[in-house]
Amino acid sequence: MSQAYLKEFETLAGATTAEGPEWLEPVRRAAMDRFARTGFPTAREEEWRFTPVAPIAQATWRSAAVGGSGIEDIGRDQLAPFVFGHSEWSTLVFVNGEHAPALSTLGILPDGVLVTSLADALRNGSGTQVLERHLTRYARIDESPFTALNTAFLRDGGFIHVPSGTDLPHPINLVFVTTSDAAGAVIHPRNLVVVERNSRASLVESYVTLAPGARYWTNPVTEVWTGANSWVEHTRIQRESEAAYHVATTQVEVSRDSHYRSFSMAMGADLARHNLNARLGDQSSEALLYGLYITHGHQLVDNHTVLYHDHPNCHSWEVYKGILDGSSHAVFSGKVFVKPEAQKTDAKQTNRNLVLSDHAKVDTKPQLEIFADDVRCTHGATVGRLDEVALFYAQSRGLPADEARRVLTYAFAAEVLDEVSLEPVREELNRLVLQRLNGEA
Amino acid sequence: MLEIHDLHAGVAGKEILKGISLTVNRGEIHAIMGPNGSGKSTLAQVLAGHPAFEITGGEVRFEGQDLLDMQPEERAQAGLFLAFQYPVEIPGVTNAYFLRAAYNELRKARGEEEVDSMDFLELLEQKLKVVDWGPEIMHRAVNHGFSGGEKKRNEILQLAVLEPKLAILDETDSGLDIDALRTVAAGVNNLRRPDNAFIVITHYQRLLNYIVPDYVHVLSRGRVVISGGKDLAMELEARGYEWVDAQAEAMAK
Repeated sequence: MSQAYLKEFETLAGATTAEGPEWLEPVRRAAMDRFARTGFPTAREEEWRFTPVAPIAQATWRSAAVGGSGIEDIGRDQLAPFVFGHSEWSTLVFVNGEHAPALSTLGILPDGVLVTSLADALRNGSGTQVLERHLTRYARIDESPFTALNTAFLRDGGFIHVPSGTDLPHPINLVFVTTSDAAGAVIHPRNLVVVERNSRASLVESYVTLAPGARYWTNPVTEVWTGANSWVEHTRIQRESEAAYHVATTQVEVSRDSHYRSFSMAMGADLARHNLNARLGDQSSEALLYGLYITHGHQLVDNHTVLYHDHPNCHSWEVYKGILDGSSHAVFSGKVFVKPEAQKTDAKQTNRNLVLSDHAKVDTKPQLEIFADDVRCTHGATVGRLDEVALFYAQSRGLPADEARRVLTYAFAAEVLDEVSLEPVREELNRLVLQRLNGEA
Repeated sequence: MLEIHDLHAGVAGKEILKGISLTVNRGEIHAIMGPNGSGKSTLAQVLAGHPAFEITGGEVRFEGQDLLDMQPEERAQAGLFLAFQYPVEIPGVTNAYFLRAAYNELRKARGEEEVDSMDFLELLEQKLKVVDWGPEIMHRAVNHGFSGGEKKRNEILQLAVLEPKLAILDETDSGLDIDALRTVAAGVNNLRRPDNAFIVITHYQRLLNYIVPDYVHVLSRGRVVISGGKDLAMELEARGYEWVDAQAEAMAK
């Protein structure tokens, strides 16, 4: 199947290189070569054992950029649910993968802050040195064929650069929305977030749809680099069409004394995979990874996280929770690598799953690989049902059985939702969870 | 208000309650005492409708209704309340949310309008005084990380808010220090009215110094072996449960 991608790559090659910097062309080509050699992963590979990507591999996907984007069909009011009611935030909207300036809003930004479409930046040279230094440098094409494919076809996405010593007053909101025009298409969003030393930024990255039944494939890659003593908060929301495929990689490099906090929400797509790899790349850095997935029907949601503790005195804390209904399937794999020199590492990982139906299924695999001796590392995974005693307790206070179940299920989610520190985003996620638990979405 | 007639119940085929009869009227406080394993807590759980217990015989009427035929929430809505021996922790749900949800369910069942969170907070302010608590407790998750004493106090707070007709206190005193015990007992005494009733289950006579019962029943091996006035509790304290055990053995023959 990789032949089709190779052919399309050659067709596009002329057009895209004309727009991009010189250094990028060999990177793209290497990525294409890599994908042509490996093709899609199969279930024989450990990393993909529970997540069969055959439906993606065997289908023919047209490139969304070629098919036209349908931007003109969208009104701002349709995007209201995705901007959290804050028009002062800077919001970049991408429709079927392509930046939609008419739907985007740039709030007031401190001097030197760049919030732009990657396609624009590649074309007009803004932030060119930042791009050359960081773009494609972290998400590795040899770690995932999907990253290779994204890199080969990278074109547009969000590009954020926060210079040193800058506090962003408001979050940056990246919204990737699909319309019915996306049916049958593949979209390769590519985001780069660079927050220089002594700076502070909050980012929201959403994948949403206006076409709930459309079958398309989103293949995003997001690279985040945090400079020394910086603070970055990253909220990711995946609400694709429930017939769509979503295979994503987020690659994070955390520098000395800096703090990265992620919340990853997944409730959409037929098949969703999110690889979140965070490297604590220097001393005294910290990564907090929180996640919530809520599945029903025949959805498969797969979260793979890797934390690299390469240096001493770093801290990582990870809590992923899942609520599964119907015949859905959740996969969690959490790896923590602690290098020999990473003494005084403090790492804790937890994955908890609440199963609401007899047909839902969970495969969870927390793994620690520790090569240092003076560390504190723990991990744990649970798969369980609602606590019968708690149900009885709530009923004995007058709550009908269904309501008691809903309250306890919501409570299970709320514990991790409370970690979303942006209040308007937390409220919206709370609303979405309640809506799902009430069977309204 | 409550009439229990020859109640038999057990769990997993093992009979624990072997024919209990008891009548509780409005305005009364009944104490149920007995050694460990006598069936005190089982009786409380069965009355509240715990699904793990199987009713194998007998009848219970509450305000004229067939109690055993009702769901746990219907029993609560009808005015029955059980203060749990081991109150359940519910991380992720605040005390305020939980209590308002329960309060509104009871109102709905009575055909009354639900109250919003502002009105409810006003009501709470009064009720918190019953257990001598500040409003901070309402923002904590239900019983989550509470000390043993805080959990018991929280049960009494729920009792104060939900205003049941019949409250069953299942060993609310066990594990409490004397100050917590006084607070809990004062709370109960404060809530006592001519039209409600209490069943106080306890292993120790100590609680009954603070909550003075009208009747004392002693349970042993799933039966009421002796009933009497409040003096019976003193006698038990003096003579020990071996005394009633011997009676129970005689009854079983």
